[in-house]
Amino acid sequence: MQVAKGLLYSKDHEWVKCEGASIKIGITDFAQDKLGDVVFVEVPSLDDQLIQGEPFTVVESVKAVSEIIAPIDGTIVAVNDRLEDSPELINEDCYGQGWIVSVEPQDEEYVDNLMTDQEYEIYLKEV
Amino acid sequence: MEVKTKIPLLLEQSIKGRTGYTIAELDVPEVPLQELIPPAYLRVEEPRLPEVSELEVVRYFTGLSRRNHGVDVGFYPLGSCTMKYNPRVHEDMAALAGFSQIHPYQPASTVDGALEMMYELDTYLAEISGLAKSTLQPAAGAHGELAGLLIIKAFHKQNGEDQQRTEMIIPDAAHGTNPASAMMAGFSVRTVVSNKRGGVDLAALKSLLGPKTAGLMLTNPNTLGLFDENIIEIADLVHAAGGLLYYDGANANAILGIVRPGDMGFDIVHFNLHKTFSTPHGGGGPGAGPIVVKQELAPFLPYPIIEKGSNGYALVKPVHSIGRMKSFYGNFGVLVRAYAYIRTHGYPGLRAVSENAVLNANYLMHHLKEYFALPYDRLCMHEFVLSGKWQKKVGVSTLDMAKRMLDYGIHAPTIYFPLIVEEAIMVEPTETESKEVLDHFIFLMQRIAQEAIDSAESFKNAPSMTPVGRLDETRAARERVLRFSTQENS
Repeated sequence: MQVAKGLLYSKDHEWVKCEGASIKIGITDFAQDKLGDVVFVEVPSLDDQLIQGEPFTVVESVKAVSEIIAPIDGTIVAVNDRLEDSPELINEDCYGQGWIVSVEPQDEEYVDNLMTDQEYEIYLKEV
Repeated sequence: MEVKTKIPLLLEQSIKGRTGYTIAELDVPEVPLQELIPPAYLRVEEPRLPEVSELEVVRYFTGLSRRNHGVDVGFYPLGSCTMKYNPRVHEDMAALAGFSQIHPYQPASTVDGALEMMYELDTYLAEISGLAKSTLQPAAGAHGELAGLLIIKAFHKQNGEDQQRTEMIIPDAAHGTNPASAMMAGFSVRTVVSNKRGGVDLAALKSLLGPKTAGLMLTNPNTLGLFDENIIEIADLVHAAGGLLYYDGANANAILGIVRPGDMGFDIVHFNLHKTFSTPHGGGGPGAGPIVVKQELAPFLPYPIIEKGSNGYALVKPVHSIGRMKSFYGNFGVLVRAYAYIRTHGYPGLRAVSENAVLNANYLMHHLKEYFALPYDRLCMHEFVLSGKWQKKVGVSTLDMAKRMLDYGIHAPTIYFPLIVEEAIMVEPTETESKEVLDHFIFLMQRIAQEAIDSAESFKNAPSMTPVGRLDETRAARERVLRFSTQENS
C-alpha cells in the first residue's frame, strides 16, 4: 500500500497536504483499495464548514457508500469538480488528481491530531 | 440448456405491424382523442413498443426464466435474506377464490372470512413476538421500520418530548435500512460500535444514551448471525434513558418459538413475512413487513386495524393513529401465505424451523472455518459471516470467489456485508436444505479455497459457465444507460 511522503494522515485514512495558506484533503491508497472502484463522489460546496471527526461528504463504490471524515476543522475554499465526471481519479491517483477539497484551516494546531507518513505506515500495520 | 446464446430483447425482435391480438370492430361511434384530452397532454410521437406475436413473447420470457437462478433451481444461501423454499400448498391457499377474487372496496360485511384471517394473523404475530397488537399494512421490512419509527415519534410527541428526543441509536452492524428509515422519519443517527464478541458495546451505548435519545434499533441475532446476550441490560439502559426499543425482524428465522422480542424488552417489532413466513421473494416483491407493538403503543398504529366485535370483524381507526402506511390492507396475498404457513406448522413446527435453521448454519460454519477466516468464532444463530481475508492475501477477493460459485451452480452468498467484517461472506443456509446439499456446498467451498491457493489467476475470468461472463459493474455504474436505443438512433 502506497503512503505518500510529506503528507499528514488521519486515523480515518484521509491525507492532508499543506499548500501555503490552504490545505488539500483526499483519501489514502489504503482507503481507495478498501472501497473498491469508486463510481460517485458527492462534491461538497464551497464555504462548507468542516468539523474534525465529522463526515463532510460521501463516496460511493461498487461495494458501499462511505462517509469521508473531516481530518481537520476549516472552511472549504476549493473543490475538485473533475470528480463529478471522473470519480475514478480517486482510484487512479488518490494523492494527486483524486484530491477532494481544499480547505482553509481554522487554526494552526490541526497538525497535532494527525500522523506523519512514517506514523501512518506503522498505523496501517496495526489495522 | 443452451445458455450461451444471446436472447435478443423484445424491442430488437420487433417487426412493424406484427401483433399478438386482434381487437373486435368498434360498435360505438368513434370520438377523436382531441375532443377528450387537451392537446397539450396528447402524445405526438408513437410509443416505441415491441411488435411481436404471442408465441415470440412466450418464447422470450420462457427463455429468460430458464436462465434465472432461484430456490427452485438450486442452493441460495443469501445471508440476511432467508431465501428458503416456500411450500406450494401456501400458493394454493392464496389462490382460493375467497381470498383472490375479492375487492378492497367491497363492504367489510361481505368479506368476513378475509378479515378473520387478518385478525388471526395479527393474533399469531403478537404471540410469536410477545407483544400486543399489529398492523399488517407495511409492504416490506423497511416500510415497517418507518411505521415503527413514526410511532416512536408520535409517542414522544404525546409526552411533549419530540423536540428533545431526536436521536436514534443504531449499531455499526445494522442493516442499511435502519439508518435510512431513521433519517426518513426525521431522526438523526448515532452509531454504537460492536464489541469483540460481535454484540453492542455497552460502554459505548451508555455514552450515547441521554435526554436526546428517541430509541435504539436492533437486530437480534444481528447481521453477524450472533445473539446479543446482553439484550436485557441493553433494554433496561435504553428504557431508563427514556427511549424505546425497535426490533428489526429480518433475522426472525432464528428465534421462532424459542425467544420472543417482547420478552427481551423490545417495544416494536417488524416481521418480514416474505422471508420468515413463506412467500417467494427477491426481484422486488411483493413483500409484507407488519409491525407488532406493545399495548401502550397500540393507540398509535396505522389505520385501519381489525377488531373483533359482537357482529363479526370491524375496521377501526386507533385513537392516536399515525395515519395510513399503505392503501387498503397491505399486500394481502402475502398475508394469506404467512397465515397458512403459521397454521400448517403450529408452535412445534415453527420452533423446529428455527432450530433446524440454526443447526444448519452451525454445521456449515464448523466445516468452513478451517478454510476461511471466521472473525467471530462462537455459536451462531441462523447465519454466520466468514472473511475472505486469507484468500485476499494471495490476490483472490471475496468478489472473485462469489463469481466462481456461480460456475458451480449455486447462488453466491451476501458479500461485503456487514461492513465491519473485511471481505465478508455472509452465509444463511435456511432450514429447508438437506444435509446432502450442505455437504455439497462445503465441498465446493473447500475446492474454491484450494483453487485460490493453486491458481489465483483463473478467478479473474470467473464466471465462465454462465450465460454472460464477469459483468463490468464499475462501468455500468459510471456510464449508466437507462433507456434502450436502437442502433440507428444511437
